Amino acid sequence: MSNKIKAAIIGPGNIGTDLLIKALRSDFIEPVWMVGVEPESPGLARAAELGLKTTADGVDGMLPTMIDDGVQICFDATSAYVHAENSRKVNALGAVMIDLTPAAIGPFCVPTVNLAEAVAAKAMNVNMVTCGGQATIPLVAAVSRVQAVEYGEIVATVSSKSAGPGTRKNIDEFTRTTAAGIERVGGAKSGKAIIVINPAEPPLIMRDTVHCLTVDTPDEAAITASVLAMIKEVQQYVPGYKLKNGPVFDGKRVSIYMEVAGLGDFLPTYAGNLDIMTAAGLRTAEMYAQEILAGNFTPVAT
Amino acid sequence: MDLTGKKVTVHDMCLRDGMHPKRHQISVEQMVSIARGMDEAGIPLIEVTHGDGLGGASVNYGFPAASDEEYLTAVCREMKNTKVSALLLPGIGTVDHLKMAVDCGISTIRVATHCTEADVSEQHITMATSYAGLDTVGFLMMAHMIEPDELVTQLKLMEGYGANCVYITDSAGYMLPDDVSARVALARAELKPETEIGFHGHHNMAMGIANSLAAVEAGASRIDGSLAGLGAGAGNTPLEVFIAVCERMGVYTGVDLFKAMDVAEDLVVPMMDHMVRVDRDALTLGYAGVYSSFLLFAKRSAEKYQLSSRDILVELGRRRTVGGQEDMIEDLALDMARERGTI
Repeated sequence: MSNKIKAAIIGPGNIGTDLLIKALRSDFIEPVWMVGVEPESPGLARAAELGLKTTADGVDGMLPTMIDDGVQICFDATSAYVHAENSRKVNALGAVMIDLTPAAIGPFCVPTVNLAEAVAAKAMNVNMVTCGGQATIPLVAAVSRVQAVEYGEIVATVSSKSAGPGTRKNIDEFTRTTAAGIERVGGAKSGKAIIVINPAEPPLIMRDTVHCLTVDTPDEAAITASVLAMIKEVQQYVPGYKLKNGPVFDGKRVSIYMEVAGLGDFLPTYAGNLDIMTAAGLRTAEMYAQEILAGNFTPVAT
Repeated sequence: MDLTGKKVTVHDMCLRDGMHPKRHQISVEQMVSIARGMDEAGIPLIEVTHGDGLGGASVNYGFPAASDEEYLTAVCREMKNTKVSALLLPGIGTVDHLKMAVDCGISTIRVATHCTEADVSEQHITMATSYAGLDTVGFLMMAHMIEPDELVTQLKLMEGYGANCVYITDSAGYMLPDDVSARVALARAELKPETEIGFHGHHNMAMGIANSLAAVEAGASRIDGSLAGLGAGAGNTPLEVFIAVCERMGVYTGVDLFKAMDVAEDLVVPMMDHMVRVDRDALTLGYAGVYSSFLLFAKRSAEKYQLSSRDILVELGRRRTVGGQEDMIEDLALDMARERGTI
């Protein structure tokens, strides 16, 4: 009997394909389905070559055999517009949905901060916030677990080539969703997110700046230790998560300067923004899988 | 150069771009007083927002003395003839800010992106065109960084989303008149005849007037400037000077020159924290092609980490940084300080 939980990836684009390559290495997840909508999609062809079942009929193409195929976890790497419908359909057949789109209909999940909570709450849909959120919310949380943060602000700078058409068409969704995540998961009283797209060649590696304004004078030693410990935790699933400078303390301002390089599985290494999403999504799925394997959690149809 | 008979709409930037040299600390009262003076002088259009546009209030760019909503409400209700615009940079501000600004009474929204990234403005330009009569402008920043044909491709995207006017923006004050002519002329030839073209200059190489004239000659009908040149870097094209030159050349602006000069001299200059001029650092911005609002951030980091602000600015240019990357400045200064042993 397999000791892995079977999973389906919806969306055979860059994100879905990168996720597939990472999932093939997982000790807890076995990807068995790749779901697309374009018969000619190179991502579907690649998944088929790697031995997955594929369909170009969307989620409906997988549903009839999903239970027999043992799928208990699905990843949605499509778009916010179709996510709710995809989620409803797979939840109805008892699979947990991990949402990599900005739809955010389920609770936010940032693995190093609140994954355990989401799993303990047995949420059937969890949302991975945004790429900028995955890269920065752990650090806001690292400050707010030491002392109260009045205001958390992040600036994510990504290369032009790594900002896809979905992000570009609805860039406000990035700023709004990330700001909400800074508050709800990061623990800042109010949050703000800024994204900058830079077209330089060669493409720049994702950069993230985190500014926190603390209520009281920051405890420099405790905050520095907390930030360094958090970075180590994120590095467990994103090895290229690197502190460039800081924490810098200036009055009540705490600033942390980061660089995020990807693993280069399918996406280029500069696209750390995309890599951290797929890595966080897989990390989340693995934690669910461990709970399922341990008998602590049985996903049920909703 | 013969520009006789041409008409130009001048657009004043004091109360938006001018927020940069004021570290966003212009008070509501100062804004209202200057805006009233501009209204009386007959300046048709003025911009009022945080220096980095709607929603710019942040650690990264600076917290302003009042909110965009407070500034816009106070200024819009005082204007008799002058119209008010707001700037919006997608990635910083959102359509929620746009709606707020419309409710405050703006008549023009300008949606600004880096020159290669026009497609991030679709959401905001589309929303703007849903307001009947809202003058909708697409604004491509750092336009010196790409060739004219690439720039026009991006301008066409904004035109396609519904912008009735598009801007070629020399955010770094890097361009020379021929650079402006080439870009504006190609845009004029390729865009719809009813789409207006504007030029926004910075005076870092002292080319503000010359570049604006080149733009008018090549087909631009809107020109940005600011009274007394209050703007980022060495400031914007000094507007009262441009108006005087236009008068001498037979270009119609509709502005009362002497009244404009008086607002510049009596209200804007006394408000300056430092003389906005082509100093060593501002010249470096233009020379190295760096976003003008980086100026004071580089000066502050240089002081804090005992570095030369010119060295920081040159390196920012070499790394091809774009508008909005103010967070890069302290990060880079820390790297430089470590290399040089000053920390």
